[in-house]
Amino acid sequence: MIGEKPKGVRAHLTLAYPALMLGIFFIVPFGLMAAVSFFHRQPGGFYIPGFELTNYKNLYTVLFGRTLVFSLFVAGLSAAVCVSVGFPFTFFITRMKRRAQVVWLVFLMSVLSLSEVIVGFAWSLLLSRTAGLSNLFVWLGLMDRPVAWYPGFVALLFGICYLAFPYTVLVLYPPLSRLDPALPEAAQTLGASPIRTFFTVVVGSLRNAIVAAFVMVFVFTLGAYLLPQILGRPRHWTLSVLITDAAIYQTNMPLSAAMAIFFMFVSLALVALTMMIGKGKKLRTA
Amino acid sequence: MAGLSLENIDKNFGSVVAVRDVNLLLPDGQFVCFLGPSGCGKTTLLRLIAGLENPSRGRILLDDEDITYIPAHKRNFGMVFQSLALFPHMSVGENVTYSLRVRKSDKNTRRQRAQELLELVKLSGLINRHISQLSGGQRQRVAMARALAIEPRLFLLDEPLSALDAKLREDMQLELRLLQQRLAVTTILVTHDQREAMTMSDLVVVMGPDNRVHQMGSPLEIYRNPADTFVADFIGTSNLMDGSCIGSREVMVGRTCLEVAEMPDGMPLDTKVTVSIRPEEVHVLPGVEEGDNRLHGSVSFVRDVGSSVEIYLDCSGLQIVSQSTPKGRPAVKQGDQATVVLPPTACVVLRS
Repeated sequence: MIGEKPKGVRAHLTLAYPALMLGIFFIVPFGLMAAVSFFHRQPGGFYIPGFELTNYKNLYTVLFGRTLVFSLFVAGLSAAVCVSVGFPFTFFITRMKRRAQVVWLVFLMSVLSLSEVIVGFAWSLLLSRTAGLSNLFVWLGLMDRPVAWYPGFVALLFGICYLAFPYTVLVLYPPLSRLDPALPEAAQTLGASPIRTFFTVVVGSLRNAIVAAFVMVFVFTLGAYLLPQILGRPRHWTLSVLITDAAIYQTNMPLSAAMAIFFMFVSLALVALTMMIGKGKKLRTA
Repeated sequence: MAGLSLENIDKNFGSVVAVRDVNLLLPDGQFVCFLGPSGCGKTTLLRLIAGLENPSRGRILLDDEDITYIPAHKRNFGMVFQSLALFPHMSVGENVTYSLRVRKSDKNTRRQRAQELLELVKLSGLINRHISQLSGGQRQRVAMARALAIEPRLFLLDEPLSALDAKLREDMQLELRLLQQRLAVTTILVTHDQREAMTMSDLVVVMGPDNRVHQMGSPLEIYRNPADTFVADFIGTSNLMDGSCIGSREVMVGRTCLEVAEMPDGMPLDTKVTVSIRPEEVHVLPGVEEGDNRLHGSVSFVRDVGSSVEIYLDCSGLQIVSQSTPKGRPAVKQGDQATVVLPPTACVVLRS
């Protein structure tokens, strides 16, 4: 009976392990958080079990709304920047010789070994007025006097993109390296210039990969917590900062749980929307 | 002179030579096959013509215009790739009219042209299909229609039929040939399949493993009068016998003197030569019969495949194959002594 699938209990045993791990490390904590979001908060104390929608009603503030929109905006913008820079970048890497490709990929991987804190402080230094890059530009004669690019929105965007960029390349690399080199060549023999070929054939045929990379960076940067505090001003703080603030400094667990759950559903809705747009385009061409 | 002309073309990739000193003149409206074994540079030569590579040396002229360094997208050639390279994110219609969209023709013209082209390749009604919904043969046709959309000056095909099964491949060969004759477009097909080259082309360009062009001519000419031992061996099967030139019409092979009908010009005595003779020209007689242009030996194997009979003979170390029809089959069996008759007109003398 070689090659026959094991039946009965044994077949389910192999599934039991991942199911158990998923339960212990994901479903149970998530369930706890979902439950806490409906609990009653005791001012000055912790919380007592119950069921009320007060926490969700309390979300309805200008600060929460503004921070939610800002968090989604930062995540969307960094995803857009990472993909629009990462896609051509990865395309050129895949056209290089094998050795050069390996060197670039190892270099990008090594960026991943840096901690978020180190990256944050490094950028804060590089963008500062006293010791930053603007001093170099002054020395080169490109600028009149050194300026501070930190703290601020641009610094935050730089930091987040720097962290997310290697992931973007890693997601885009496999489909791009599998791209049939005859596809762009065919477009050229049909009269398309190299730039037109890139946009109509390379980008077009890899739209699914691009959407996947966009969603990945978007979700990855939604959770940004450290960088907004290091590189941004308080108005650049993301929802993760607000949630931590509510949970730890105000000891308002139910409110922070409600924020997290609400944030998650909004993000899921946006991801679904992005995927649908990607699919919708495909259907129209079919 | 109308046509495509390649002058002293060399192409190197680093230290690897892909194409060596190619000089060709391909007349207008012909169906030309580049034929050769893998790695002989035939695809590279096609890519040089398409403008996808630049030659390391030499020039390419089309109707006396130097196109050597004109980029591929400005050449107005149609090319069918080995992988077909159909755009997976576009429908059949969009694939076929891609070149028209690039040239900014309006939607109605494009739709009309797509219908015309799909009719030409017998795919009417599939205009809105997705590429993934097509069979291998249908994809093949879409790729051809796409390459023909702008009425190209040259129609280039890089082993486009190699992925199809044998039956479909033969149908497509015939269809492609008829299509080319109808459109009268100069066509270059790269193939390693000599049968394909023989059935389809007006002209065959044979390339060898040394990355040079060995011979160019009509299929029959190449078959009957191969230029050298490589061509004789590569095109069909040949009996190749080493010998030396001992007279104006005589070649010594082993201890037998062979009379030949023609000798290449300016061949001094004692030159090493190879005599090539096609198996179907070799006659076999049972027993030992003396006479001119005869070898004696024993039958080492008989292969009867129904449509033809091949007899393998060992003539004192020299291996000879003879092919005959089942009706003209000589009365010999394995182990028999036999006489091999080599008619002088069928013996082609090649320089070694």
